[in-house]
Amino acid sequence: MKLFRIRGGVHPAGRKEATRDLPIETMPLPGRLYLPVQQHIGAPAAPAVKVGERVLRGQLLAHSQGAVSAPIHAPTSATVADIADLPAPHPSGLAVRTVVLAPDGLDEAVDRETVADPLSLSPGEIATLVGAAGIVGMGGATFPAAVKLNLPRRQPIHTLVINGAECEPFLTCDERLMRERGDAVIAGIRLMARALGVQRTLVAIEDNKPEARAMMVAAAAGVDDFRVLGVPTRYPMGSEKHLVQTLTGLETPARELTADLGVVVHNVATAHAVYRALYHGEPCISRVVTVSGGATQRPANLEVRLGTRVTDLLNHCGGFRETPARLLAGGPMMGQMLPHQRVPIVKGSSGILALTGAETAGRREMPCIRCGSCVEACPCGLLPLAMAAHGRAGDLEGAARHGLMDCVSCGACAYTCPSHIPLVQIFHHARGALAARQRVAHKAEETRHLSQRREARLAREQAHKAAEAAARKAAREAANKARAAAREAAS
Amino acid sequence: MSSITLVGAPHTHGNVTVVRTMGLVMLALLPATAHGVYLFGWPALNTLLLTVLSAVLAEAACLRLAGKPVAVYLADGSALLCGWLLALTLPPWAPWWLSVLAGGIAIVIGKQVFGGLGQNLFNPAMVARVVLLVSCPVLMTTFVAPLPLGSAGAPDFLAGLAITFGDGMPHFDGHTGATLLGHLKTELGRDLGVVEALAVGPGVGDWLLGQRGGSLGETPVLLLLLGGLLLIHWRIIDWTIPTAMLGTLALLAGAFNLMDPARHAGALYHLCTGGAMLGAFFIATDPVTSPVSRAGKLLFGAGCGLLVYVIRTFGNYPEGVAFAVLLMNAATPLIDHYLRPRVYGRSRRGKPLDYPGAVRQGESS
Repeated sequence: MKLFRIRGGVHPAGRKEATRDLPIETMPLPGRLYLPVQQHIGAPAAPAVKVGERVLRGQLLAHSQGAVSAPIHAPTSATVADIADLPAPHPSGLAVRTVVLAPDGLDEAVDRETVADPLSLSPGEIATLVGAAGIVGMGGATFPAAVKLNLPRRQPIHTLVINGAECEPFLTCDERLMRERGDAVIAGIRLMARALGVQRTLVAIEDNKPEARAMMVAAAAGVDDFRVLGVPTRYPMGSEKHLVQTLTGLETPARELTADLGVVVHNVATAHAVYRALYHGEPCISRVVTVSGGATQRPANLEVRLGTRVTDLLNHCGGFRETPARLLAGGPMMGQMLPHQRVPIVKGSSGILALTGAETAGRREMPCIRCGSCVEACPCGLLPLAMAAHGRAGDLEGAARHGLMDCVSCGACAYTCPSHIPLVQIFHHARGALAARQRVAHKAEETRHLSQRREARLAREQAHKAAEAAARKAAREAANKARAAAREAAS
Repeated sequence: MSSITLVGAPHTHGNVTVVRTMGLVMLALLPATAHGVYLFGWPALNTLLLTVLSAVLAEAACLRLAGKPVAVYLADGSALLCGWLLALTLPPWAPWWLSVLAGGIAIVIGKQVFGGLGQNLFNPAMVARVVLLVSCPVLMTTFVAPLPLGSAGAPDFLAGLAITFGDGMPHFDGHTGATLLGHLKTELGRDLGVVEALAVGPGVGDWLLGQRGGSLGETPVLLLLLGGLLLIHWRIIDWTIPTAMLGTLALLAGAFNLMDPARHAGALYHLCTGGAMLGAFFIATDPVTSPVSRAGKLLFGAGCGLLVYVIRTFGNYPEGVAFAVLLMNAATPLIDHYLRPRVYGRSRRGKPLDYPGAVRQGESS
């Protein structure tokens, strides 16, 4: 199949050798599990259990709330030890409502409702079951999967793209899933394709994973309208809009979604979670996490129950070889720095990386020499140097004019910058400041609007009262006149 | 809470640094520089060292005045490279004060008054060259004929010092002469044809190998080409500016030569003479003062080529690379404003792309 070229991109060192040939290993249950009620994009889930209650594996811990949300389930049989505000796996370290479980070690499951043949379910039923299983975008985006599976009810969808690019360095969790559980992944993809009612399904795998591609080709043999494709190894190939363009040539218009072109993108790990939910009745309670980075003693691909703390994960891997320069959740290009290890693995945690100083390659920032490397690297055709210059000078509108809102934060520009300018950080700051400013402007506008309406209402009431008073006066005068006339007539 | 400093993504980085970029440019300049020193002897080495030293000291002084960390910024190599490039455009036997002045002007007026590295609008080396060309036209156009190191009549080390620091030039009066460009300009002014004018002096082989009078490092055309190709190979520069500049120059020269061979020299002559090759690969490609987008770079390069040809052919000066580059430097902000890459998902005009088949959210049922 003909592939289409996208502009820009970089070739960071893959560094996947450390874990790409290590089989997925099941991590033993830790002493405590910490499950934040917000592990997805959208409204947080509402706790459905009480402290002290015993829960079974797969039992609902928190309801989904609203149209875009996802429920949370118990990863094992346990007692609810606490429901408290605890640090979330986010650089801010801010607290999120968290259900703390004390596993009893029995790992007893709730009665599973499985369907004999999930492929015979209607599209709507598949989406409903996926939603009830709490499945979100497992590549890291964490957008509730069911919302995307329900899209055909709103707009025509013709193509399902499965993102197996895994373009972030170090990460190998998707690669391992494809190599070890290719059949399960394909079964999940078939369910999603049925839910979406698409004409074709394209599975995209970067060329640096030939074994995974071969496994997926074998697993998909005999399935109609399935294509497993190799795409060039180039970061950010896994960016949704860029992957869709590579495969279909369709360029998503600014401010719109690939779904507006009739294309829905799901991750390989999401497909695997869908398979587990529909064939085994197991909601989203575990995931595969790559533990890697030069500072880790024993890199691994671990199947981890959600809620396991990063510190337990690292201890299981033998701790640190050296003090890491940075501890990350996710890949090195777009992942987030963790403030400490006392945060849990959540649905979107694809990797825990402990990087050495040599791997982060941080250097003192130098002035921009306008070399244009960032312009060459930008997959979105922006001028990162101009956006940064405007953003730093506080000219937020100028930064927006240069495409601040079209930036996908892939970090290719900052990766390639010879002056080590923290471009993405500048953009995030500028976007935040711009949003804050717009909120203030919106509030002022609303306040003005309200006060205008109030004045208008007061004026209206005044006028109404005056009119009423005038009418009463007129009536009174008329009555007086009439009475006077009557008296006159009587006299 | 913990006391670690949080840093935004990305958490890894390519191996490209400013220091590496500057270092590789110097490496690419090395063959042509060595050739220049060999060809013009000890005084040329003095010119090179004095210009570089002056530039580096001026940079250090300015950084100190500006309160910036001197060691960190000196280590970026930009002042060294600037002085080096400038020296290559000076007459090889320049008196000491000319070299020192050149280095100082380049750094102070050309670069630091704008705010230092990355802030200057004009190429610092070309600013210094043009200031001196306008101020000291005779000195700046007094070129020695090649006198390779060790050849008969070439100044030895001490004589070299005498030439640089004393008034040594007159002793070697017989060796000075015009560059090829200057020669042709004069002869054309005397109503001699191109063919007759070029019949005397160095032949095409000497043009390519640089066995002719000229600025310190502009003559060895093939070595400069080699250095330029290395820079492209190392991805320090891309092909756009050199190709557009030399291509435009060659096209114009070729066209005029076809129309009137007696009055206009051909493309090869224009590519091999003056600072065309040095300018195209090492000067016009200065990232700070050239546009950032590919289209912008092509336009910038073509503009340089056009201006070089126009100045050489219709202007009073025999050579125009420095003026051409400075004029296009002035146009760079404008070019950057108008010639931007197309933003993903948007038309060239910046409007979101429109797909006839696309159904917008909210428009569907």
